[in-house]
Amino acid sequence: MTGFWNQVVTVARRDLVRERRSGEVVWVTIPFGAIALLLIPLAIGTDAPMLQRIGPGMFWVVVMLFGVLIAIRQTNAETLAQRDQIALVGLDPAAVYVGRAAASFVLLLVFQAVVGVATLVLYDVAVTGIFVLPVTFIVVGAGLALLGTLAAGIVSSGSNATALVPLVVAPLSVPLLIGATQALEALEFGGSSLAWMLMMIVTVLVLAIAGVLTARPLQETG
Amino acid sequence: MDREWPLRTLPAVNASAPLIELDGVSVRAGSVHILKDVDLVVPPGESVGVFGSNGAGKTTLLRLIATLIRPASGRGSVLGAGIGSEDRYAVRTRIGYIGHVPGLYPEMTLGENLVFVADARGIDRGEARKALGAVGLLGAFDRITDRCSHGMQRRAEFARVLMTGPDLLLLDEPHSALDSDAIELVDALVTRTVQRGGGAILVSHDRERVAGIATRTVEIIGGTIA
Repeated sequence: MTGFWNQVVTVARRDLVRERRSGEVVWVTIPFGAIALLLIPLAIGTDAPMLQRIGPGMFWVVVMLFGVLIAIRQTNAETLAQRDQIALVGLDPAAVYVGRAAASFVLLLVFQAVVGVATLVLYDVAVTGIFVLPVTFIVVGAGLALLGTLAAGIVSSGSNATALVPLVVAPLSVPLLIGATQALEALEFGGSSLAWMLMMIVTVLVLAIAGVLTARPLQETG
Repeated sequence: MDREWPLRTLPAVNASAPLIELDGVSVRAGSVHILKDVDLVVPPGESVGVFGSNGAGKTTLLRLIATLIRPASGRGSVLGAGIGSEDRYAVRTRIGYIGHVPGLYPEMTLGENLVFVADARGIDRGEARKALGAVGLLGAFDRITDRCSHGMQRRAEFARVLMTGPDLLLLDEPHSALDSDAIELVDALVTRTVQRGGGAILVSHDRERVAGIATRTVEIIGGTIA
């Protein structure tokens, strides 16, 4: 049996190969995210100052909503036969969790980059925080990846658990949503974003620990 | 068939105790008994054919022995590990389970599917190519699984089992969707495993064919071994 991080790389590589072939994120989720951003100006009108003001908030809302879709997509698509083989191949369930989250993280970074460009174009948003912005992307991406993977594990652990997903995802994504918007807003007004960053990092750590600790029971009840 | 056979030589299975021991085991789905008071002992070097009608509990029995589901009651062990205990995780890599639905990833190539297992298990990647060669699929190494026939996917699953060299084979309808050449391969795999002290459970509707390779057969009726 290989080491933990080799297993993580093996699982992440598998998920990215599957995604590359199916194109679900590239051809469905990312375009829909961009369309969602386009629909809002169509609905509320082309009031440029207002669009500039709400642009960053809209960006993060779209990232939260569509980001979780990206993260939960693969486990939902996994058949019982595939889950059986994963259980028998001897992979550490915690490594499977981290590997899946790692693949989702990569996809979320791509998603944020594309949707971010769409926000710049459609909302004419001024970019502030050249250093903080990429860090925020990374922390939010990691948080959503871990959260979505955990939610997907819960979904696949029981036939009646689908209804629990919003209950898991919504409250746990709030710290990320608030942290991301407030961190960048603080910079815009000359404040420090450190406290908001710390809040998001703590959220990421809590999700990582929760996912690792529940990986085995969730796999076994699937 | 483009076959490299045999693959690497596997050591004899070190087991004096039964490979499988089930004592009054029951499995329930809600209030329905899928398996009820099942007793089964499989010593090293034995292959058991399991027959029964649809819904009799054959697949559930296989998944139970594969430690993929836990019993509602009763005691038992598989390869020395209690079926409901934490020990069962450690013996899973010694089990080769092929269900009646392929567990391959359809978006990946046959080769990528096997390399994934090789990487997960720390097996040399070259073994994946050898295993596909052994089942006559070397030419389909780079073919997307979804574009392969059901029979090819079944062969690839047997290639995975060949590559990992398990001590206990659990095969659900092992001859289904296979041509005569592949059937010969499956029978050889079972024989090899049994000869080195391992065991096999073969769930099937094809009594005649399975009876030819099983050392004994049992009938499962209404979730109970008759």
